[in-house]
Amino acid sequence: MIQWLKELLQSQLTEGAGGSAQDTSPPVRVRARQGETLAKQLALVIDLNVCVGCQACVTSCKQWNTSGSAGPLGDLNAYSANPTGTFFNRVQTYEAGEFPATDTIHFPKSCLHCEDPPCVPVCPTGASYKRAEDGIVLVDYDKCIGCKYCAWACPYGARELDEERQVMTKCTLCVDRVYDPLLPEADRQPACVQACPTNARLFGDIKDPESVVSKAIAERGGYQLMPEWDTQPANHYLPRRITAAASSPTLPTGKE
Amino acid sequence: MHPAFSILFFTTLAGAAQGLLVALALAQIAGVAMDSSFLLQAIALGLVLLVAGLASSFLHLGHKMRAWRAVLMWRTSWMSREVIVLPAYIALAALWWLSLYTGADGALAHALDWTIVIGALLLWYCTAMIYACLRFIQEWAHWSTVANFILIGLASGTVLTCALAVSSGQAVLLNALAPWATAATLVAALVRWFSLHRNSSLRPASTLQSATGIQAKRLVQKSMGMSAGAFNTREFFHGTSQFALRNVRWAFILGLFVLPLGLQLCALSSTSNWPWAWAALLQAPALIAERWVFFAQAKHPQNLYYQVVG
Repeated sequence: MIQWLKELLQSQLTEGAGGSAQDTSPPVRVRARQGETLAKQLALVIDLNVCVGCQACVTSCKQWNTSGSAGPLGDLNAYSANPTGTFFNRVQTYEAGEFPATDTIHFPKSCLHCEDPPCVPVCPTGASYKRAEDGIVLVDYDKCIGCKYCAWACPYGARELDEERQVMTKCTLCVDRVYDPLLPEADRQPACVQACPTNARLFGDIKDPESVVSKAIAERGGYQLMPEWDTQPANHYLPRRITAAASSPTLPTGKE
Repeated sequence: MHPAFSILFFTTLAGAAQGLLVALALAQIAGVAMDSSFLLQAIALGLVLLVAGLASSFLHLGHKMRAWRAVLMWRTSWMSREVIVLPAYIALAALWWLSLYTGADGALAHALDWTIVIGALLLWYCTAMIYACLRFIQEWAHWSTVANFILIGLASGTVLTCALAVSSGQAVLLNALAPWATAATLVAALVRWFSLHRNSSLRPASTLQSATGIQAKRLVQKSMGMSAGAFNTREFFHGTSQFALRNVRWAFILGLFVLPLGLQLCALSSTSNWPWAWAALLQAPALIAERWVFFAQAKHPQNLYYQVVG
């Protein structure tokens, strides 16, 4: 007990002095303050023009996160009449326009990592937080009391309570992948981005104007969901458009 | 929203207990004569209701042993503030009981009377702001949410106090309190009627178009992305028909306001005081029904994403 206390005090002292001799960087603040503008904001940009609704991102997300630091993601009654499970990512389907000129639009949906996340300040325990270093919104499962208030405070329905663990869960933007030095550089991306066969999901820093996501938003008119609530979602969506390839006469018309 | 019975019981039990304690404290401040044994018993009942409400609120949590952590984020979270104020108010009411039991001096008792009233207002405000601060639940994000929590708590608490006064023969207290109980019930009815009217004329600020960014005039969901249910399909829907919702709404309007007001008129015009007890008994289930409607009527914008299984 005494030894444990000594070690704790020792570590606190060295932290207070700015770390060891090799590490002179200032102590890192984990939580972003409410309304703080961050220098870096990781996000997904989803191209609705090429998403084919194959659900590969859904299963890839479930596989990675149920086996990683965010999991296991509970599945109840998995083989019964009413299965229910925890997912961080869903792909929905919408139909737009009047028949016969209708569009079928597949719409992937996960946590949008809002720049002003309404789910974070309402959390009574501080389990929900936004990371100051990269803007990822996370839940500390060891502090969550499962009161569900943050889910009420999210207009997008991005949070799902894990019925098995009774804690709130959500997309982590694969925080346990994107910084992992043991993975090859090309694999340091969210599992959903890696799985997408049509490259409909882009990942990067929307605060860096040279990033692939910032360029895509600027060139393709990337937009945010429910702008009326002023949550400033970091994730953006690229609208449908008619590409040169789609209108090319060399494509089979089906009349031959 | 899905009405969770743990929260329905907590907010109604605590609300009525606060109304009861406020009625007793105001009677003390106004110098209304009542037996000290009655006062002690009534405060004890208020304490029991508050503790029962606190216990009920625990049932809402997935991890009850970690509940202590909920006091930490009082700077930003109304729930955290409520978690601090509720036990503090219970301790305050216990102190009040103790000071009356030991016959503490006048200054302390007087200070406690006022603290009980202010503490109750603070607790009602914290509880109501948990809902009223969620700006995109338009039914809740309005001053009437706070007004309803305070007024319905006051109405049910004062009616309960009158019923208790009748059953133990506290005629002076009953005569002093009865007009206030009627007034509280009437004002609560008017404000609740206003909020029901407002709810029925609300236009949702979010549409399927703003939720998806797809600007087609005709836009329908074909699949929500899963064939079975999920947390999102359970937590945010009341799961009953509009018909049932309308019936529960009429039931609470009758049981919480109309019939108790009628019974109070009977009590005023006749020598029998027992209508007060009936009014309190009627209000008990009607309070639950009112809170049920409060949740069931709240339309969460996330429901736009969960309309069709596909």
